Amino acid sequence: MEIPHPYSIRQHTKTGDFPVKRDDFSWMIGGAQGSGVDTPASIFAKAAASGGLHVYGSREYYSNIKGEHSYFQVRIGPRVLRSHVDTVDMLATFDDETVARHAWAVRNGGAILYDPGLSENEIANIPTIEPNALKSIGSALEKEGLPQTIDGVIGAARRRGVHIYPIPYADLLEEATQSPGPHARTSNVMAVAGSFSLLGFPKEILDAAVRKHFRSKPKVAEANIGAASSAYKYVLDQFGGSFGYRIGPSKTTEKRILIRGSSAVGLGKILSGCRLQTYYPITPASDESEYLEAHNSFESGVGKGSVTVIQTEDEIAAILMAIGGGLAGVRSSTSTSGPGFSLMAEGIGWAGMNEAPVVVTLYQRGGPSTGMPTRHEQGDLGFAIHAGHGEFPRIVLASGDLEESFYDVTKAFNYAEKYQLPVIHLLDKALANTDQTCPMFNPRAAKIERGLLARNPIKGGEAFKRFELTPTGISPRPAIGTEGGIYWNTGDEHDEHGHISEDPTNRTAMMEKRMGKLALAANEIPPDDRFHFFGPRDAPLTIVSWGSTKGAILDAMDALKAEGIEAGFLQIRLASPFPTADVTGILSSARALVGVEMNYSGQMADLIREKTGIAIQQRIVKYNGRPMSCEEVYDALKAVASGSAPKRVVLRNGA
Amino acid sequence: MALKLTSLKTEAHNDWCPGCGDFGILSAVQMALAELEVEPHRVAVVSGVGCSGKTSHFVNTYGVHTLHGRPLPFATGIKLSNPDLEVIACGGDGDGLGIGAGHFVNAGRRNVDMAYIVFDNGVYGLTKGQASPTLKLGMKTKSLPAANINQGINPIMLALASGYTFVARGYAYDVRHLKDLIKRAIQHRGTAFLDVLQPCPTYNDILTKEYWSGEGHLGALDERPIPRTYKLEQTGYDPVVRSPAQAEMEEKTKQAVPKSFEFGDRTPIGVFYQNEHVPTYEDRLAQETPSYRDWPPAKQDIALEDGTPLANISSLLDELRVT
Repeated sequence: MEIPHPYSIRQHTKTGDFPVKRDDFSWMIGGAQGSGVDTPASIFAKAAASGGLHVYGSREYYSNIKGEHSYFQVRIGPRVLRSHVDTVDMLATFDDETVARHAWAVRNGGAILYDPGLSENEIANIPTIEPNALKSIGSALEKEGLPQTIDGVIGAARRRGVHIYPIPYADLLEEATQSPGPHARTSNVMAVAGSFSLLGFPKEILDAAVRKHFRSKPKVAEANIGAASSAYKYVLDQFGGSFGYRIGPSKTTEKRILIRGSSAVGLGKILSGCRLQTYYPITPASDESEYLEAHNSFESGVGKGSVTVIQTEDEIAAILMAIGGGLAGVRSSTSTSGPGFSLMAEGIGWAGMNEAPVVVTLYQRGGPSTGMPTRHEQGDLGFAIHAGHGEFPRIVLASGDLEESFYDVTKAFNYAEKYQLPVIHLLDKALANTDQTCPMFNPRAAKIERGLLARNPIKGGEAFKRFELTPTGISPRPAIGTEGGIYWNTGDEHDEHGHISEDPTNRTAMMEKRMGKLALAANEIPPDDRFHFFGPRDAPLTIVSWGSTKGAILDAMDALKAEGIEAGFLQIRLASPFPTADVTGILSSARALVGVEMNYSGQMADLIREKTGIAIQQRIVKYNGRPMSCEEVYDALKAVASGSAPKRVVLRNGA
Repeated sequence: MALKLTSLKTEAHNDWCPGCGDFGILSAVQMALAELEVEPHRVAVVSGVGCSGKTSHFVNTYGVHTLHGRPLPFATGIKLSNPDLEVIACGGDGDGLGIGAGHFVNAGRRNVDMAYIVFDNGVYGLTKGQASPTLKLGMKTKSLPAANINQGINPIMLALASGYTFVARGYAYDVRHLKDLIKRAIQHRGTAFLDVLQPCPTYNDILTKEYWSGEGHLGALDERPIPRTYKLEQTGYDPVVRSPAQAEMEEKTKQAVPKSFEFGDRTPIGVFYQNEHVPTYEDRLAQETPSYRDWPPAKQDIALEDGTPLANISSLLDELRVT
């Protein structure tokens, strides 16, 4: 059957199976924003993770408070999961819109849980589905000769062999509410319980996850457990054994955490000694600052540690207050997204000119302008490298997954202080909003390097030369308040004391001092922080990418390898100073190149051309705001490997 | 330790125009710091961009010459990181009330314990005399091709409306009076806003030194010039809110409003409003996070000698642990 755009995914045209034998399971829940979509997803993920399974969860939502559709996909399985898939194995719903939108993505043989009370709801009456999507759903139903209702959509899925499980939430809730306590919003947890019941996943683990989730509200926890029990039992009684796929707990000795990208970065900041964080509210960056606000006090040495989080009047103030913190000797940072970063450009230049350490955590999102505030893109690479007028040194470090995001925070602060310059830690919406199981983070891996922080700068009464011309270009830096260290900062060109100077000789020396630090950094930053390489260097195909596409690429490479298609993967981590020698060496001996990027132009491929002269003609790009799934990356790479792909492959999946 | 005034001067060449009001303000700042005997290394003078922006280079303390319109956020970041510092922000009226107006308003909301001096001359001097935010509607200073098309801001009213807890005005050529105001501003607990009437001898040919001294404003009997500024404190005006009661705060604010509109032949200088019953931002931070008081950001060690982080995140990791 024809599947409505934009939900067309490969499974329906083929067998419905991912090319590799999948032992993982993809579960999705959706609903109107504000109705409680995150809670059941979080409980589902926690329960699965507590049962020893690996989890990869991703969240999609509109720029809206209440009413628009959001959904959460949670992939669970016994092996490490690094990306999301387009195929939905089980769709848990409690509203009509989720059925109408996502039933089409459920694989043949998969399952849909829905509220039979919504059967008669007309698709055309769901106001929050975009007209083009409504139209294609409508015409798909028309071709099937099915009614334009939820019943019709369910019918179409049933024809494809999807298992359909009606769950009368209201009736079950009525039964459950005979016990006292708060009961609102439990149908979403009932959808989780029904799902686990079909999968044969133990109820006790679910109960524990519910209790953990509502640990500050025991009454709410018990009400949810009551509702969950009735749904779990109902599904077992009515449909027990009907769903072929079962997934149970898996024994593991590995210590694991389930963490969200934004929290991983926040945690990294606490560990790395960040003690001042400034921010102006912006999606998707604010989550990190809110994590820091909620966890702002911690044990630290003999004293109590805390990070001061300041919500500012705009992003200009945010970057400048953070720089002010740096001048006062404090590891300081700000977190933002595209529009906010645009406002920070002048401040970043000031930090470059004044050799002031500051870390900007930049969560890229769909641009330009307001763009798609809650959607994903890697469109700011070029801007991160160039933001600000004139020439000044900066370090731009891009993380590819949650673990890198955490460990890279320490590196970002170390670089900012060692090389006395602004560091941009490049992340994105997909990383920020991914919930993933990771091996327990190792705080001992972090080493703090503060560079030339001058604690006792007094030199026989002479005025301190903060910008002393040294062989390395790096000069001792006293924190404001240090006795004997008085000096001046200025955005103007300045002499060694920091006083304004327009002298041409001084200007040349100071430009060379500042810019020279980049060459030093390029030499000193270890290879592992410049790039990662996966797979064989002499493979027939070498993939070049950066940032959060890493997971989908690695998963797709595994799938290709199982079919005998070998590929190598160069993940570039350091975008400035660009690891020109490394990249030239690797790419010039590679057999065929393909660039994979979540933007329109292929910004990294362009940067590589600029820096190395090597042109990557073959590009796989995506810019519809939804992260790359491993299926579509697999498909595209396979087409490239077989020579059947056009030079520019545009990926389009995602709802 | 008595500080010598000369110890607060620097070797940086001062390139302000002869007769610039900025010299008076600079002297007043140096005198105030000398009299308060603050150790120079505990002071940060944070300036914006423009002629007034160069002030930080002429005071022998830590100096931060920032961006146009931005001294307040820099100053805020420095002060909140290390509340032991005395932070003095300064800049022109174009800097603070034009390009930096957003920061001006929001600094009032925060009430960080620092001082902010606006060099108020009605023109953008360094870019050759364009109209700046306090220049009144219809005024035509000498380098303007046409009279000012915008209304002038009332900085005192704006400061009151924004929540500043110390609002005052000085005059650049009454250096002793200005020095006393700067001392009070520094000593005030909270953000102190000080608007300084500062003649620009090169571009503002209306609000000149002579104008403020009373040129053309002659006494009816003796026909001698009457200065156009008068001191609020000499009129029995009491700006200080003495109790935490809301009623007194409102009353003292209301009496400052008509005073803020007096401009021209009788222009008040002195303190319009002062209220130390409003908690500072630092107080508010310490209320939320008690350890802020003793361990503000700059006082926290973050690592051992070998680089091992001091922060213990194990309980935070335990919150997230699943197996």
